[in-house]
Amino acid sequence: MYFEAWEGFTPGKWSEDGEIDTRDFIQKNYTPYEGDGSFLAGPTAATTKLWNEVLELMKQEREKGGVLDADTEIISQINSHPAGYIDKDLEKIVGLQTDKPLKRALMPFGGIRMAEQALNMYGYQLSPKVKEIFTKYRKSHNDGVYDAYTPEMRRARTSHILTGLPDTYGRGRIIGDYRRVALYGIDYLIQQKEADKLANNGNMTPERIRGREELSDQIKALKQLKEMAMTYGIDISKPAKTAQEAIQFLYFGYLGAVKDQNGAAMSIGRNSTFLDIYIERDFKRGVLTEEEAQELMDHFIMKLRMVRFMRIKEYNELFSGDPTWVTESIGGMGIDGRTLVTKNSFRVLHTLDNLGPAPEPNMTVLWSKKLPVAFKRFCADISIRTSAIQYESDDLMRVEMGDDYAIACCVSGMKVGKDMQFFGARANLAKCLLYAINGGKDELMRDKVTGKHLQVSPKFEAITSDGPLDYDEVIDKYETMMNWLARLYVNTLNLIHYMHDKYSYEALEMALHDTKVRRFFATGIAGLSCVVDSLSAIKYAKVYPIRDEEGVVVDFRIEGDFPKYGNNDDRADQIAVWLVKTFMREIKARFTYRDSIPTMSILTITSNVVYGKKTGNTPDGRKAGTPLAPGANPMHGRDHNGALASLESVAKLPYEFARDGISNTFSITPQSLGKKD
Amino acid sequence: MTGHIHSFESFGTVDGPGIRFVVFMQGCPMRCLYCHNPDTWTGGGTEHSVEDVAARVLRYRNYFSNGGGVTVSGGEPMLQQAFVTELFNKLKAEGLNTCLDTSGVMFDEKDPDAVMPLLNATDLVLLDIKHIDPEEHKKLTGRGNENILAFAKFLSDHGKKMWIRHVLVPGKTDRDDWLTRLRAFIDTLDTVEKVEVLPYHTMGVVKYEKLGYDYPLQGVEPPTAERVENAKKILRAGFQK
Repeated sequence: MYFEAWEGFTPGKWSEDGEIDTRDFIQKNYTPYEGDGSFLAGPTAATTKLWNEVLELMKQEREKGGVLDADTEIISQINSHPAGYIDKDLEKIVGLQTDKPLKRALMPFGGIRMAEQALNMYGYQLSPKVKEIFTKYRKSHNDGVYDAYTPEMRRARTSHILTGLPDTYGRGRIIGDYRRVALYGIDYLIQQKEADKLANNGNMTPERIRGREELSDQIKALKQLKEMAMTYGIDISKPAKTAQEAIQFLYFGYLGAVKDQNGAAMSIGRNSTFLDIYIERDFKRGVLTEEEAQELMDHFIMKLRMVRFMRIKEYNELFSGDPTWVTESIGGMGIDGRTLVTKNSFRVLHTLDNLGPAPEPNMTVLWSKKLPVAFKRFCADISIRTSAIQYESDDLMRVEMGDDYAIACCVSGMKVGKDMQFFGARANLAKCLLYAINGGKDELMRDKVTGKHLQVSPKFEAITSDGPLDYDEVIDKYETMMNWLARLYVNTLNLIHYMHDKYSYEALEMALHDTKVRRFFATGIAGLSCVVDSLSAIKYAKVYPIRDEEGVVVDFRIEGDFPKYGNNDDRADQIAVWLVKTFMREIKARFTYRDSIPTMSILTITSNVVYGKKTGNTPDGRKAGTPLAPGANPMHGRDHNGALASLESVAKLPYEFARDGISNTFSITPQSLGKKD
Repeated sequence: MTGHIHSFESFGTVDGPGIRFVVFMQGCPMRCLYCHNPDTWTGGGTEHSVEDVAARVLRYRNYFSNGGGVTVSGGEPMLQQAFVTELFNKLKAEGLNTCLDTSGVMFDEKDPDAVMPLLNATDLVLLDIKHIDPEEHKKLTGRGNENILAFAKFLSDHGKKMWIRHVLVPGKTDRDDWLTRLRAFIDTLDTVEKVEVLPYHTMGVVKYEKLGYDYPLQGVEPPTAERVENAKKILRAGFQK
């Protein structure tokens, strides 16, 4: 197979007939870069002018309370809107989610109620016609879930022992291999999906029928993407011929995804080194300068900063902002020992200088000890100035994931185009510990009918003694409660993802995956350090329960001191290891939807604040309503031995039991990183 | 052998070269007006054995590859000289770099060799010269500086590497003539690798409040960037070997 657009590329498996192999293309064609950032170019006049226009729009957006404009009529689809521009003559990379910049699209397939509420909160009215369609004729994902929920699932949701479940919004976390659009062009991709569909024949089992239907949806989505590109006068049916086209095509792939899905995290993958190949080829041909290459990247990143979704205000509170998690994974090492850092890894980070720092896209450096020193220094320098880079351990993830994985959201690693995941939010293990003590009665939530503490789980035996809590007894009851919680949690997620596939299938994103895809069942936990310190307090100090008039333990009195997680003290840290392993084993033992592989994350980055609000007093002395620590962080102010001790505690958590990622939010002032002279 | 310890810092980046595990010893005979660790002055702290502290330090040896190691600070570490000596010997045997952050106040000119066992186990001394003028030194710390300057000389005579540190407090230590005299003194020493200017800061104020002490430098602001630069220039701070 050969396209003219591939001239100058080294062929390989990737270019053989019937193959789609982006990684192989990269490996055969990329140029590792070990130098420093001195080659980089500042913003062009066009970039600065264009970006100032966007900044002005963003200012107006803030002044209007967070939403500049919202669509109330057109149901967002890949090709639903006419072309939209910021300033057509200046834009090197084009494409907006709707017809106007920062105007939010109407995306009701996750749930019409949420879509309507979000509009109302910002003073917009949903079109009666759309409302009629989605109440009378078309069911949403949210409707499906609530039709099937059990009373127990609803209780667990109300009490927030299960939190943030993707049952009213898009699950997100699926990363299409958007590079395929640039490398192969849409026609070839359609051709391959047609072939897969033809091959998917035989006994018409439900799974096969679904497979065929999904492939049809994927093909339709690819066709729609082509139409969408044509509204901008750009033909993406064949592979990209230049760097400008490669970035544009790739971005169109992503744009289609964010027009189709309002996912909680809409990450973009691992693109900069892929794009570097096109830039280098253009350099060789003498048709591109460094300044122009940087301009393309600046304009591309500018677009990613403009991705918006219409969401309810509570959602933004949960995440302390209006995040889209457009995560771009950068750098890392190849399994052959060459670095995957290219000049374009520098360029993508350099946008933080040219456009100024921003939380999106979520620049994530895949960190390895073996990264080129000059690149490490460059990253450190940008981090000090902008605090806008996330770091993840490539050395840890590469072992399992190879060298073409990317991060979805903040920590979920997946092979691009080969893995997808069913996002599962998290179970609040701190609350679970209180349930263990109270036999499944919620410490805060009241039963609407009786006015008493709500019995969330079946009635388990509570701890009745008023003496200090006995560690072994608590552990015994906690294990029972975790068993119950894991079962309920996994079942709830099975149901949610069944409905998401049925009513809000990510056809375009999945069209940019291999048809035979590996699925992860991504569960998560919140409250790790709170539980660890609580159990440590019970074990090493004396913790007396304090009961209310119903006999429910609502507070604790602690006598003595106890080891705390975050001080590199094994007495506490090994409880954390035990907790992660124990809950993951409980998860693993369950049936998971579509043969998905169970994984777990420890990653709440901001939602820990809201989860804490819904969690009563805990045995570590934390007061009701105060935040849990983010992710795998120690509880605030309890790490007394400096940064390394704190990090070492976190590093003890076994990654093989938390494959979906472990996060640690870490702030440090530049001065405490050392002196310059 | 046990020592009284105030606290540990696993990620010390400002007390010696590289990344350092810092042991803050409890107790100090000086009462420097600008002290930001008044909670280390008196006795108390937590008792730890040499073995325990060494084990804590060694957990971080992976981080020490870039010239890092252990720094014992305080308080005044030389108050517990026998403990620190044993700790350093143990850690040196493990190949670690050892650094002593001291005011030199414990140096006894009549019995100078008493410090040799400790110095033999010390790779680098961070010597904090509070003031070059004996009278001003007394006002600032409650003691004269004669034995401290003698300690510096002793270190130099015995070929012990040192970094001189000087806390810059507006009105108290930052006059140009004082700084010039300090530099002149440093020029008489042969083993100074580096001079560090530490700008006075007010982060210790809360500790005074907690301890119920009056804060002696009430109203004194940290030095301006210009004054810090000026001091660095006079003292020729930074790498200059």
